[in-house]
Amino acid sequence: MTDTTSAQLNQHLRTPDLFGSASGRIITLVFMVILLCVPLAAHFLGVRLQLVSLDFITRILCLAIAAVSLNLILGFGGMISFGHAAYIGIGAYCVGIPAYHGYESGWLHFPLAIFASAAFALVTGAVSLRTKGVYFIMITMAFAQMGYYFFLSLDEYGGDDGLTIYSRSMFNIINIENKLVLFLVTYACLVASIYAVYRIVNSRFGMVVRGCQSNEARMKALGYNTYAYKLTAYVIAGGMCGLAGALLGNFTTFISPDMMGWSRSGELMFMVILGGTGSLFGPVFGAVTFVFIEELLSTFTTYWALPFGVLLVLSVLFIKGGLNGLIQRGWRRD
Amino acid sequence: MLDIQGLKKSFGGVIATDDVTLGVDTGELHAIIGPNGAGKTTLIAQLSGDLTPDAGHVVFNGKDITTVPTHRRSHFGLARSFQITSVFMGLSVIDNVALAVQAHDGHSFRFWQPATTQARLRKPALEVLEKVGLANRAGTIASAMSHGERRQLEIAMALATNPSFLLLDEPMAGMGVEESAAMVTILQGLKGEKTILLVEHDMDAVFALADRISVLVYGRIIATGKPEDIRKNADVRSAYLGEA
Repeated sequence: MTDTTSAQLNQHLRTPDLFGSASGRIITLVFMVILLCVPLAAHFLGVRLQLVSLDFITRILCLAIAAVSLNLILGFGGMISFGHAAYIGIGAYCVGIPAYHGYESGWLHFPLAIFASAAFALVTGAVSLRTKGVYFIMITMAFAQMGYYFFLSLDEYGGDDGLTIYSRSMFNIINIENKLVLFLVTYACLVASIYAVYRIVNSRFGMVVRGCQSNEARMKALGYNTYAYKLTAYVIAGGMCGLAGALLGNFTTFISPDMMGWSRSGELMFMVILGGTGSLFGPVFGAVTFVFIEELLSTFTTYWALPFGVLLVLSVLFIKGGLNGLIQRGWRRD
Repeated sequence: MLDIQGLKKSFGGVIATDDVTLGVDTGELHAIIGPNGAGKTTLIAQLSGDLTPDAGHVVFNGKDITTVPTHRRSHFGLARSFQITSVFMGLSVIDNVALAVQAHDGHSFRFWQPATTQARLRKPALEVLEKVGLANRAGTIASAMSHGERRQLEIAMALATNPSFLLLDEPMAGMGVEESAAMVTILQGLKGEKTILLVEHDMDAVFALADRISVLVYGRIIATGKPEDIRKNADVRSAYLGEA
């Protein structure tokens, strides 16, 4: 047996990088600081510009959490789920329905949102993950649409008219009725989600999931029960997106099945791809850019969806690795 | 060690594996040769668990594994390499091998500690890389390696699961003369230590390495024997070695 010296070994022990390249680190950090400080500054200085308002940014942060969770399975696990918005809806209704019945505690709403979403992911994932490729895409979308029609048919909770939440989730330590507090909580949840994904994708579990994306046949031959690992990742992503839904429900204080329609799932996918699949901060770049462009275009024209679509197609065609790829390597082409 | 008993598999009207019976003894390097379309790939798929045979049995160390799923066979000590290079292209060489080591180091439902800092995965991985001559390439991303190096990595990943039995599917596929020679040296080093079933097109390599050779033609084994017997066998010569 050959001897591996500890010096040789130490060369190959490395802590995974959170930010990627050196230039990527600076830009990413600056971006995250801007995302936190600009709306705060606008709020305290009384700037009345929609694009930097706490409300507008809070909505983006909620969607960013959803995109981060989708990226865990889409970007790192190669599971192209076209039904991820279902968990936004489930998370939001886990706030709305208990609140409607007078149960207003956030300590009930948030765990319920996460567990209900994870449970939905477990059941639907157990079936969906038996299929591959385009079938997986279609079946995840079908399950999400089932969720959509389920909530649509609940007349008690407003059906397609939606349900108004008269009081946000109550916490005994903080008051998220205050939009500043809700913004800070959402921001903290986003940072926590990114950090969790960072830990997960670099853990033993994460390496297995990434291996499944790269070459599932090889993973099986190596002795991994790939189905079990992929399903677990699917459930974690579902639970994380449930959290995004609960936050979004609290933010809008009005929930309807439209939150979980298939077009919303498509938007989430787009945020991930635009930002850069399989990168930690990419989904955040994607979510921010997506919503900003949508907002800007819609102020110019009612037909904003048309130029928006063209922009999206161009960005996918010409920006390799998404916005994160651009940030990591600068303008160099390689 | 490996007993294949009356294995049959057909796709529609095509019989890909036709009553194959074959034994591989412990410590032996047994080669399977056969022309294109002879059913080598289908046979391997049934041994590795990717396909379930229509009839017959695969017995490994006295245990019937005919219907055992692929991932569990690995834990019985059966490892395989792929004809089409199947490494994780986006990962570094050592990450590739460490992932193979990890497969046999308990379950992987560990969500928090970074895998790339764990010496108990990296050290065995580095040792296997030294064995196949890739230690100095440990930090390279797999996609940046040459074809020959990827073939070596392919073997390293199979070895890292610490198998008793290696199923090698054309390890020399697409290699140049020098690369093939290097691979023969690697396999020579494994001979005796592991039981090996080698499916290979490269005749020079097969005759240099094999203890016994089986010839597969149209899904049937037409001959099994020592290399010199196979060379002399008239059926084999007409069916495969291209001589009347």
